[in-house]
Amino acid sequence: MESIKDRVAIIGMGCTKFGELWDKGPYDLIVDACYEAFEDAGIKPKDIQAAWFASLVSGSTGSRLSNALKLEYIPITRVENFCSGGLHALANACYAVASGVCDIALACGVEKLKDRTTGFAMMNPEPMDSSKVIPETPPANMFAHIAIRYFNDRGWDIEEGKRILAQISVKSHHNGTFSPKAHLQREITVEDVLKAPMIIYPLGLYDCCGLSDGSAAAIVVRADMAKDFRDDYVLVKSFGFSSGAGQAILQDDYDFLHIQENIEAANRAYGQAGIKNPRKEINIAQVHDCFSIHELMLYEELGFSAKGKAREDVEAGTFALGGELPVNTDGGLKCFGHPLSASGLRMTYETYKQLQGKAGPRQVKNAKTGLVHNAGGMVGSLNASVSIFGREAG
Amino acid sequence: MIGLISGGAYIPLWRLSRGAIADGMRGEKAIAGADEDSITMAVAAALDCLDGTDRQEVDGLFFATTTSPYKEKLGATIVATAADLRRDIITADFSNSLRAGTIALRAAIDAVKSGSVKQVIVVAADCRQGAPGSNWELSCGDGAVAFLIGDSEEVIAEVDASYSVSDEMMDVWRSEDDRFIRSGEGRFIATEGYARVCGEAVTGLMKRFNLSMRDFTKAMFGVPEPRTQAGLAKSLGVDPKTQLQDSMYFHVGDTGTACSLMLLQAALECAKKGDRFLLVSYGNGSDAMSVKVTGRIENRHKNRGIKGHLETKKTIDYYRTYIKWRGLLPIERPPRPLGLVAAPALWRELEQNIRLYGVKCKSCGTVQYPPQKVCTKCYAKDQFEKIRFSDKRGRLFTYSIDYITWAPEIPSITAIVNFEGGGRIQCLMSEVQVEELKIDMPVEMSFRKMDFREGIHLYSWKSIPVREEFL
Repeated sequence: MESIKDRVAIIGMGCTKFGELWDKGPYDLIVDACYEAFEDAGIKPKDIQAAWFASLVSGSTGSRLSNALKLEYIPITRVENFCSGGLHALANACYAVASGVCDIALACGVEKLKDRTTGFAMMNPEPMDSSKVIPETPPANMFAHIAIRYFNDRGWDIEEGKRILAQISVKSHHNGTFSPKAHLQREITVEDVLKAPMIIYPLGLYDCCGLSDGSAAAIVVRADMAKDFRDDYVLVKSFGFSSGAGQAILQDDYDFLHIQENIEAANRAYGQAGIKNPRKEINIAQVHDCFSIHELMLYEELGFSAKGKAREDVEAGTFALGGELPVNTDGGLKCFGHPLSASGLRMTYETYKQLQGKAGPRQVKNAKTGLVHNAGGMVGSLNASVSIFGREAG
Repeated sequence: MIGLISGGAYIPLWRLSRGAIADGMRGEKAIAGADEDSITMAVAAALDCLDGTDRQEVDGLFFATTTSPYKEKLGATIVATAADLRRDIITADFSNSLRAGTIALRAAIDAVKSGSVKQVIVVAADCRQGAPGSNWELSCGDGAVAFLIGDSEEVIAEVDASYSVSDEMMDVWRSEDDRFIRSGEGRFIATEGYARVCGEAVTGLMKRFNLSMRDFTKAMFGVPEPRTQAGLAKSLGVDPKTQLQDSMYFHVGDTGTACSLMLLQAALECAKKGDRFLLVSYGNGSDAMSVKVTGRIENRHKNRGIKGHLETKKTIDYYRTYIKWRGLLPIERPPRPLGLVAAPALWRELEQNIRLYGVKCKSCGTVQYPPQKVCTKCYAKDQFEKIRFSDKRGRLFTYSIDYITWAPEIPSITAIVNFEGGGRIQCLMSEVQVEELKIDMPVEMSFRKMDFREGIHLYSWKSIPVREEFL
């Protein structure tokens, strides 16, 4: 099989402010994100030859995108993979230009989640139940299931476990204060986190990302064309995707201590990119912090922390903005909120700006290789995605 | 011999103290939880009765209630499917009367006697609702009972005499749109209803079959309200100290059409060979039956029955909880996206939702729920045997406690249960307090109401702590 490494480049990106954007509809957000990307790339909408459009609640077909941008009769595919929609849209756009069926492609993700009063409970329990007799189990419940076994396995009582998780949310909130497009831009303390109302035990208010509206977009071309558009293009190193088959529930020996889909996706991405030591070779990472416990697990699952050492790394500040491997440098899902299909592209936007040295007060020094991770669905039936980007070929 | 092969019962875990309804009232009554109704209680009683028997031998199910959740739709088929009985059986609902339980019992015995069927299970359940402030609200309790009737050497009791009186009277009723029980004036029903009509049935029984009250070890009346029962007993010559079966009024309450049969089950749990019970029901008439206990009573299967459910309970002193559970308090629930109910999908998934079937792979032995076409472990396609999980025990592998959900009871608990013998299920958990949750705690499965949408009561199974944990 061939690799995508160094064959595709991002030449322009856009991202709206994320938040409770009552006065903006899907078209407003699509136009804001995509026009910023067009301007960044120095192209016009009519230059786009094909597009991939990701949305769970704001459009079922590609025509939502073409209507907003007035794209004239080009091929557009609507992509849906819960929280992984954005990266899947990006990957498909990249595969298309790499194959040569088109030269310039657009990937855009958008959600108007705040139009609905309910949150993650809107998700149907896939893939098992079509009669919908069994009530929806929001992802929060599944991560709570994990947290309970995780604390138990490591011998942490509830206070100790929550304190470890709290430091992750505090770290992300601090990063969010440097992030003008984030929904939440304020500091919090560990005590704030511990005192916060319980959402789904043991996860409290500050352990859970909120829902918000937003959109982000990327324009990609084949790497050999990229310098015609800009010097500081960002290369795609790899994509690793992995879809669960319900193993967590179907197999009674699944331990609720790890997420195999994350591990598989990471292995594929690292393999394609030629990365052997993630802790050393990845300079920044945006990971799926839907719930603080997920970010904690990801440190080990993505190979940033040695097995069993995530806690030590958290307490040592390894993943803080000034640390060895900054994670969620823009505040993460925690501060941006999570418009599902837009998030992967928002994380890519942060990576793109960081690699170009344009991240302002949150700039990470010597950012050369960045990782983006998302996971959508429920434990055992997750669609995990890992994508790696870099400035230099090789 | 034709008669009762086994009996079972179900009393909800919850008891509401009568003092919470009105100051100074004595005792407590059993109340169904928010996720229970006559159908779910009937399933529990049926499974208690069928524990230790071969369910494939059951040829029929009669379901008796005055409180079916449907005005038109068989409850018996829901109960029979949840109890995992065969398809080629007779099913019927006996409804609209406090006497429906004994009417169904007599019909079951007659069906077996006629040779039409070999075994029938009679299940009676009631969840009666009196208007707030009424005497019915004080007296009505919730419960269910089941008897397996058949022709067998294992019969523990036979009905060797039966006498029925049909009586047209506006005694207790509800019309099409009534939510609450209507009844005539108390003294009128007591005198011209219970006393006259039950008296007529009992007297008729004694005369036709040459029996007298001395022949009976115990008398049980489906009229548990203490004063009415005392009056009835006195007028019939029942010795209140030695012959009157405890009506459980101060522990359970008046369980409507299940009442007299629940008292029979209670009596059978302490019975000896040769005991003879007088069973009397009331409702637009009266059924009087003589139930004779056989020598097989010593060998009767020890299930939970009345005793096991009576002695495991949790008392609620808060009236508001009760009326909220009964749906009498229009609580505003958080908005929740409602998927449209798809009738074909409901029908297609009956086995996994109602029978609680999973599968075991014939190729590698992996047990999986819900049923799959392709094995999760060895990928063999369509090589499965069906496995029933409803009567399996399990242990709580992990859980979550949801404080922000739309569910009627907050917090809502979602459990991952690992079954004895393999297999795992993700399900809601009921009847457990947050403080009681512990990894590895033993659980069992219970048939419960999940939701009510578009006029459809959606049922399935939840996990609950093993009932004996509440001893």
